[in-house]
Amino acid sequence: MLTVLLILIPLVTGLITFGLSGRGAKVLSLISSLATLAVALAAWSQFRTAPEALSFTAEWIPQLNSQLNFGLDGLSLMLVLLTTISFPLIFITVFSRNYEKAGAFYGLMLLSQAGMLGVFLAYDALLFYVFWELALIPVYFLCSMWGGEKAIPVTFKFFVYTFAGSLLMLVGIIYIYFQTEGSFSWQAFTSLSLSNSEQSWLFWLFFVAFAIKMPVFPFHTWQPDTYEQSPTAVTMVLSGIMVKMGLFGVMRWLMPVLPQGAYMWQEAAILLSVIGIIYASCIAIMQSDLKKLIAYSSIAHIGLMSAAIFANNEQSLAGVQVQMFNHGINIIGLWIIIEVIEQRLGTKNMQQLGGIAAVAPKLSILLVIISLANIALPLTNGFIGEFLMFSGLFQHNVWFAAVSAIAIILAAVYMLRMLQKVLFGEANALTSATTDLKGGEMLALVCITAMIFVLGFYPKPLLELVSGSGIQNTVAALTGR
Amino acid sequence: MNALITTAVFGIILMFVGLVVKQRQYIKYVAIAGTVLAFIANLLDAQSGYGVLHGMVEVSSFSVLFNAVAIASTALYFLLCGSSFEKVGEDVADYFALIFFILAGIMLTGAYSNLLMLFLAIEIISIPQYILAGADKKNLKSNEASLKYFLMGSFTTGILLMGIALVYGATGTFDIREMGLGTGELSPLALCGITLLGFSLAFKVSAAPFHFWTPDVYDGSPTVFTAFMATIVKAASFIAFMRLFHVSFSGGNVSGHWQLIIAIITAATLIIGNLTAVFQQSVKRMLAYSSIAQAGFMLFAIVSHNEMANQGLILYSAAYSVATIGVFAILLKLNDYTFDGFNGLARRQPLVAVVCAIFLFSLAGIPLTAGFFAKYFVLSAAIQQGDLLWLVIIGVLCAAVSAYYYFRVIIAMYFKPGEADAQGVTPGFKALLVVAAAIVIVLGIFPNLLLQYL
Repeated sequence: MLTVLLILIPLVTGLITFGLSGRGAKVLSLISSLATLAVALAAWSQFRTAPEALSFTAEWIPQLNSQLNFGLDGLSLMLVLLTTISFPLIFITVFSRNYEKAGAFYGLMLLSQAGMLGVFLAYDALLFYVFWELALIPVYFLCSMWGGEKAIPVTFKFFVYTFAGSLLMLVGIIYIYFQTEGSFSWQAFTSLSLSNSEQSWLFWLFFVAFAIKMPVFPFHTWQPDTYEQSPTAVTMVLSGIMVKMGLFGVMRWLMPVLPQGAYMWQEAAILLSVIGIIYASCIAIMQSDLKKLIAYSSIAHIGLMSAAIFANNEQSLAGVQVQMFNHGINIIGLWIIIEVIEQRLGTKNMQQLGGIAAVAPKLSILLVIISLANIALPLTNGFIGEFLMFSGLFQHNVWFAAVSAIAIILAAVYMLRMLQKVLFGEANALTSATTDLKGGEMLALVCITAMIFVLGFYPKPLLELVSGSGIQNTVAALTGR
Repeated sequence: MNALITTAVFGIILMFVGLVVKQRQYIKYVAIAGTVLAFIANLLDAQSGYGVLHGMVEVSSFSVLFNAVAIASTALYFLLCGSSFEKVGEDVADYFALIFFILAGIMLTGAYSNLLMLFLAIEIISIPQYILAGADKKNLKSNEASLKYFLMGSFTTGILLMGIALVYGATGTFDIREMGLGTGELSPLALCGITLLGFSLAFKVSAAPFHFWTPDVYDGSPTVFTAFMATIVKAASFIAFMRLFHVSFSGGNVSGHWQLIIAIITAATLIIGNLTAVFQQSVKRMLAYSSIAQAGFMLFAIVSHNEMANQGLILYSAAYSVATIGVFAILLKLNDYTFDGFNGLARRQPLVAVVCAIFLFSLAGIPLTAGFFAKYFVLSAAIQQGDLLWLVIIGVLCAAVSAYYYFRVIIAMYFKPGEADAQGVTPGFKALLVVAAAIVIVLGIFPNLLLQYL
């Protein structure tokens, strides 16, 4: 029942929010997101005692033998927690802002939350596909309606890219459906043995869909523009949670359903990911726009996670899952600070910034901490995940590990350069007038910083969560055949 | 059978209603009453049992379900677009009468069991359309549409007859179930007949390369009639096409002979329809090309010969008809038929814009709308058939292209500044639009509500 509530709460409140305006919409969406968080925490506590009780099955389309089949394992619970923690943080951050047509804005935000939670919870391939698309539509409207001046074509490109990718995945799903004698359930999909040649081409149908969402080089071209043009609250959703849908798709569906296909194309997928890491890091160094810098840094980080998934050993997979959570938290933190800077100063160009440290010490300290976590310094939450991923990648292939490790250095280059340009140096007329963090922003950032340190010192709860049933299932499915 | 008689009788009644009823706006209600009676008559068909009447008309669960879809869509069409009939010309009652005659032909497409009845069905559907296309007598484009449609249509009718004659020559029967083409070696006579029948029906459903009449006719005809011609009529032609090819020309190795040709026609239709639609500036013309593109998806149901294809085509007929009629109904209320004519509609008419967006989502095949499951079923049918994966991949890529031109309308409505305003949007009209959108969404979540009757 808890699993259904996780989707129902944002769905229903989202629809109600459409009818509200201004303050009512804000308050209701905050309450709704906190309620969803409470349900997620309740689900977590139940997961530790009786995980079976969390699955839910009901008839949906008897003609197709498709079911409303929801369930939770360690991986999806971790992502559910990430989603449900992120949304209240986002809502708190933008609480003082007044969006035009607030009812529609918050309503769409909640609907996208419902869609993403559905993706993480679905254990039926058709249901997964429906939620996969459903998460996209509200985001499309959010970006186009409240985005920058070029937002409409940019978001449209994003939409057509992902739509084309997901339709290819749909072909793959239908094909496998007929091989299973008519069942969409995850169990039926994974217990099927498809021939090597089938797995080989099916792999690409699924991989392209997920690679566009992540995004992996060369399917990433929609991403920097979309992140830059979207309203920052939506960028947080996109980069913090939505890209994880792609990684999740690979781990939940691609690898267990097509283990041979994944094995065959393993090196190709890692190669693309590693190229993406280096390519995006180099471009990030050249950026002067804060949002674009973070966008490219995100491509690099996601590339590493994708490489680690395909390296496919216990360490790398554990690392990916830990990092999925931590990357989500860190990047939302970075976006919050960029949102603050953009709101106060009206620019996100680093050339026009500088000397903020003197006038806004709290903001500066928190930005430094989050940036260091993004570089994966030890004792921050980023470290453990990256360490496990590199160690796993190293076991798979030394050269891939060595080349992608350059990315750490490059990450330090662009993040520290960013800190230097934004925080230090001479204050100019623009920056000297700025003010420090206020209520909601401070609260959200303190929560994030607390998580950075807690998970940096003591990552055990997270590791336990992901090394529970989820990772073992995945690994067993991969090595079993 | 009852439904067929009712629609034909109502066609005649409506011809005379024009003499009696002087207030033109009331004629619409007579027509709506006619669809309600036809729907009830159709339900009585289901009650009185299925069977074949004199070897000519076969009442089955399939025909009853399709008739129900067609009659219900026509009722929706009358409700949403009926008041626009008055703007076309003087003879409002005649237009309604012609539509009822077409509907009588449509009742036959799902039920014919004899090639003669197929020919009659196609002709009963076509001839009133030639007149409707030219209904706007003073408009040059409307005249052109009518003449073009008539010339091309009658030429194709000739080919259809030729095909029927050749098939009759090869098999010695007109009955679609008794041809027994699969049993022995296929004679060249039959092969030619099948090919000619395929081509003429491909013309009727506007499949490439027989589609050239479509944009001009749909664009030139009065918009209110385009809405009918592009939806219910097209779906009915598909039903006729599918029944003939799945019933008569299957079994043994027969389907192997035509499957590749139809598959190539499907691919061409998808590619030409979608790519040309991208470049249109007028929404009306875009919808004409989109109807070609959608025909490409419906052709999947003909290429693949299985249970899912039947279900898919029924679902597609319903989903496509409701959504397209809805978009046309909204288009009819606007002054400007270009994409710019939709600019800023969301600000002036938020409800109309939301509903229009839902219809367009359905046409693009976004989940939770009926269009998604319609596409899902026909694509599944093709995958189940096997050896058609290349066609399916072309299909989904074209579906992604189609999102481009459908979303242009959404972008215009929501994100572009403008002063588009719909004329004469009454609360009743809005309520009907909401009902239509609800149908689209309910079928998109529970397609079995419709399919359980098959």
